[in-house]
Order: sequence, then C-alpha cells, then structure tokens
Amino acid sequence: MNNVERVHKARGFTLFWATVWARAYPRIVGSLRERSWVFFDTILPLMGTVGYVYVYKSLNAKPEYIGFAVLGGAMTAFWLNVLWSMASQLYWDKDAGNLELYVLSPGSTMAILVGMSVGGLFMAASRALTIIVVCTLAFSVTYQIVSVPLLILTFLLTMAALYGMGMMFASVFLAAGREAWHLSNLLQEPIYLASGFYFPVIKLGNTVATAASVIPLTLGLDAMRQLIFAGALDFKFLDVRTELLILGVLSVIFIYGAHGALKKLEYIGRREGRLIERRR
Amino acid sequence: MDNAPAAAPDVLLDSVKFSDAKGDAKGMNESLSIEMKDVTRVYKIRGPKQKEVPTELVALAGVSLDVRRGELFGLLGPNGAGKTTIIKILSTLLLPTSGTAKVEGFDVDKDTTEIRRIISMVSGGETSGYGLLTVDENLWMFARFYGLETKVARERIGQMLEVVGLSDRRKMKIADLSTGLRQKMNFVRGFISDPNVIFLDEPTLGLDVGAAREVRNFVKDWMKQHRDRTILLTTHYMAEADELCDRLAIIDQGKLLALDTPQALKRNLQSEAVFNLKVGPLGPRPSKDAMLENVKGVRQVTINEVNGHVDMSVILDAEDVLPNVLAHLSARGSALISLEKRELTLEDVFVEMVGRGLNVDTSKSGGGDE
Repeated sequence: MNNVERVHKARGFTLFWATVWARAYPRIVGSLRERSWVFFDTILPLMGTVGYVYVYKSLNAKPEYIGFAVLGGAMTAFWLNVLWSMASQLYWDKDAGNLELYVLSPGSTMAILVGMSVGGLFMAASRALTIIVVCTLAFSVTYQIVSVPLLILTFLLTMAALYGMGMMFASVFLAAGREAWHLSNLLQEPIYLASGFYFPVIKLGNTVATAASVIPLTLGLDAMRQLIFAGALDFKFLDVRTELLILGVLSVIFIYGAHGALKKLEYIGRREGRLIERRR
Repeated sequence: MDNAPAAAPDVLLDSVKFSDAKGDAKGMNESLSIEMKDVTRVYKIRGPKQKEVPTELVALAGVSLDVRRGELFGLLGPNGAGKTTIIKILSTLLLPTSGTAKVEGFDVDKDTTEIRRIISMVSGGETSGYGLLTVDENLWMFARFYGLETKVARERIGQMLEVVGLSDRRKMKIADLSTGLRQKMNFVRGFISDPNVIFLDEPTLGLDVGAAREVRNFVKDWMKQHRDRTILLTTHYMAEADELCDRLAIIDQGKLLALDTPQALKRNLQSEAVFNLKVGPLGPRPSKDAMLENVKGVRQVTINEVNGHVDMSVILDAEDVLPNVLAHLSARGSALISLEKRELTLEDVFVEMVGRGLNVDTSKSGGGDE
C-alpha cells in the first residue's frame, strides 16, 4: 500500500511551540495529579517561612521584615524548582531513556527546555501563591504596590533569567553525571543566605550582594520588595531600573548560554558516545 | 516474507563490502534507504582514574551495507557485536569515527535535522515517557514533538492502540502498565509519527512469548501496509530474524560476516544432514585432535549440557557420517538417548560464520563448543 496518506508534520516555529506545550504538559498535569508534591513543595517551605516570621516577631523587627520573609519564602518555590526540576532534569530524563528520544525528535531540545520551564513555572507559581496567601492572612502582611506593571515586568524578567539559568544548568549538570545530585544539594541552602531570601541582601554588604547578583533571584527579590513594601527603599541594594536592566542582560546571557550548552552537549554526546543515551 | 525482494545470494566473508548501490559515493541510489560505507566507530573507554590513558574499543570496523527502500532488514549478532552502534549512528545519536552513512540520502553527520524528521526508533526494555501521564497523554506528547496536530495525533493514537490491543488501557497511567504493555505503547510511539525509516533495537527484549509474537505481527502488518518504508531491526533472536527479515546481515565484533536473505544464507550451508542428539554425559575432554569436530565429515557441533545429559546439534556433510559421530560418542562413554533430524536454522548459519553460538559467553576461557 504505497499510497498510504502521509501525515502532515509542522515545522519551524509551529513545531517549536508544539514541542514547548507538549513538554510543559506533564508538569502542569503532574502537579495537579501528585498530591504528595503539594506537601513537600508547599507545606515544608511554608513552615520555614513561618519560622522566620516568628524570629522577626520575637525580635520586634520592623514589620517590613515579615513581608520580606514571606516574599522570600514564596520565591524559594521557584529556586527549588529550578534546582531539582530544571537543572537536574536532563540527568533524570537520560536515566529514564527520554533524553535520547528528545534528541532524536525533530522538535528542538531548546523547545524541550523551554517547555520544562513553562511547566515548572506553573508548578512553582501555585506553591508560591499558596505561601503568600496563607502567610498574608495569618500574619496580616500589608502591601503597598508602587506599580503593578513594573512589578509584573520585574517578576517576568526574574523568572526569565532564573529559568534561563536553570536551562543552562540542565546541560552542565548532565555533563557532571552523578554529581548532579550533590550540585543541587550544594547550591540549595547557601543561595538562601547569599541571595537574601529572608532578609534584605544589602545586609551582607555590597561585595557579597554583588557576587550573589549572578543568581537572578537576588536582584529580583530586592526589586520586588522595593515595589511591594513601602519601607523597603531603606534596605535596597540597587534601584529598580538598574536591577531590571541587569536582569534583562542575565536573561539573554543565560538563555544564549543554555542554547550553546545544549549544542555542545549534543556534540560531545555524539562524538564520545555518552551523555545522551541511556545505558541498557 | 511475502514482500521479500528477489535478491541473488551474495554471501561474502569478512572484509568484502556488502553493497549493491549502483550510484557513486556522492549520489544516492534512489532505491536505497540506508547506505553505509566503510563506517568505523571507536569508543574511548576511560578507567576509574582520571589520569589513566583511555583504552580504545573498536565497535565497528569498516562496515559497508545498503538497505533498500521497502525492506525489513535485520542485523543479527551477539551482545557487543556492534548492532546498536550501527543504529545509533544511523539515527544521529552517534558520529562515526570514519566513513560515511546516509539515511534516505541525508548524511548522518551533517543533515541531522532532515534525518530526525523522517526516522523513529524503538528499543527493547525502553522505559521512556512519564509515569504520571496516561498512555494517551504520553503518546500525544511524543506525537507533538514530531509536529503532528493534536486532532491527527489523537486519531492515530486511537487507531494504533486498537491495532496493538491497548485501547482499553489508553486512560491508564503508564506507571501501572506491565513490561509487555509498555513495550506495545513504545511501538505505537515509534510508528505514530509516520516515519520513512524505523530502527527497532532488540524490540522484543524481555517480552514473554505471547507479547513478542504480537509485536512481530504488528511489524509484519505495518510493512505490508507501508511498502515504501524501511525497517532496520537488530536482534539476537534467530527465529525472529528468520521470521521477519527480508534480508539480514550477520555481524560479530564490529564486522559484517554475511548478508543475504535468510533462505539464501541457509541454502549456502549446503547441507541436509542436520541432527539434534540427546546423549548421556560426555567423558573427559579429549585432546584437540580427538574432538568430535575433527571427525571426518562433521562440519559443525554445538553442545549444551543440561541436567545430567547433553544436547548436541551437529551439521554433517552427508547422512552417512552419522555412524562415525555415534561411534565417537560411544568411545567417549556417552550413550545415545534420542536422535532427531531437523531443518537448517539461522543459528546454524551463525555458528558456521562466527564459530560459536549466540548464547555462548565468550568472556569464559576455552571458547570452543567442546
């Protein structure tokens, strides 16, 4: 039957977009289907945040600090997502045999990474929102938003840079092999401190704050605090516009870096016969 | 198979090229789906220590072969023969160290995007997909990676699940599927994107007899319905290769030893005296000169010791050699339990070519059959 009708297959941007949504789908659906994730991704960070709130309360810290801790606690959801579900993901996918199918398919691996980011962002956003809502109600946190569009822009740029970094780490962690697990562990807690998740990063001094700015959440958190809490200007590291500009530059660097790292990864994989394929 | 091309027997040995391309190296013969010319692949194996100089493992040593469009072509060989390396090179997962390979006229080194658009691969023991998603959702996801529209993907998923008998499980999470059912799903994944060339790497590995038969039937039916497509199948199951393949290549230690239709390969052994013998335990191992293989007229012997008796398969030049074989065994103190004449199989061809059976562990010393 030589005349079996051929199936139409999309190309170019349509294929890229189809791949993005197809790869985002398991994360969006999975986050709703797997109840245990709600506990680990929401309740545990929530408890950590509540702990900081009580420390500030017992020290009679300024009320802004409670808001800082709540916002930082909410943003931990994104950091954990980037570390464990982005940076380490290609390594898990290789183990499951998915990575070689990704590489084999005409949909670009960059689209796969973008899809992972979109899905991961959805997963983490629902957790972050839960933390903000629960803590706001429990501790009567008050917000004074300077500019909603600027706040949205800050959040989006922070996420673009953060997930761009996660996409780049995905290839780096894959090349690191079994060390990926340790790398994630190694980066998790120190970044809470260095990026000022629960306090203004300027308190660590300009040098540390500058060095920590390579992690997009450092500047993102500082900018969002300035845009949400009236008293935050007293604790700012840089002004919002400068931070937005740096976040924009970081986004471009990380996303471009992710693209380059993927190309390099595939080349090494094909040349050396490792990295991509699952060993049977 | 009923669509087997009428190829002239072309059993050749070792370094001879197995190529029937009429075109030159630059152009692609239109009837060819796959072309490999002098493909070599060398892996560098690193030791546990960082500074250790890597050792080289030659996985493919100058392999040349052509696969015609519309052919179900088999690669038959033991573990480590180089079958999977060939598939990985042709599917763009691996670069050849030297030589050239083309799929549908596209170079595996340079034209990866074009090749990936028209190929697909299914491996045995595959655990791809996401356990939280249903069969339906996983297949939809992979179909979208190939650019299929959602509506078309859903229709094809429904049709193909029906064919493999999985339609009642389409809403089941794949984490809950058995190995056999999961492999059927993998098959649907491989075929759903309407590929020109499909690579099946040990597709029935780990499946029970029934599931393996269903998978083979699926492949045969698909080829009947899509005569302009090509399948490259690797297997170390002789019966599977015999049943499915239009032509097959026997490969061992990175070299192609023979290439022809299964029938022609068997015919080339030119013997009708093939016997299965069940005998009592053999006595002490004799000297090399006194081994059964050295009895005049004995061409091939394979021995399998099982629970107090020995199963032997012997290929003789003629039936009248059999009394000499029995006399040899008797001299070694082994009594005949049963004797059966049988047809030649690909296993016999393989042993003739390679010098050992597929199941012989070559890592053990001794190597030979006796």
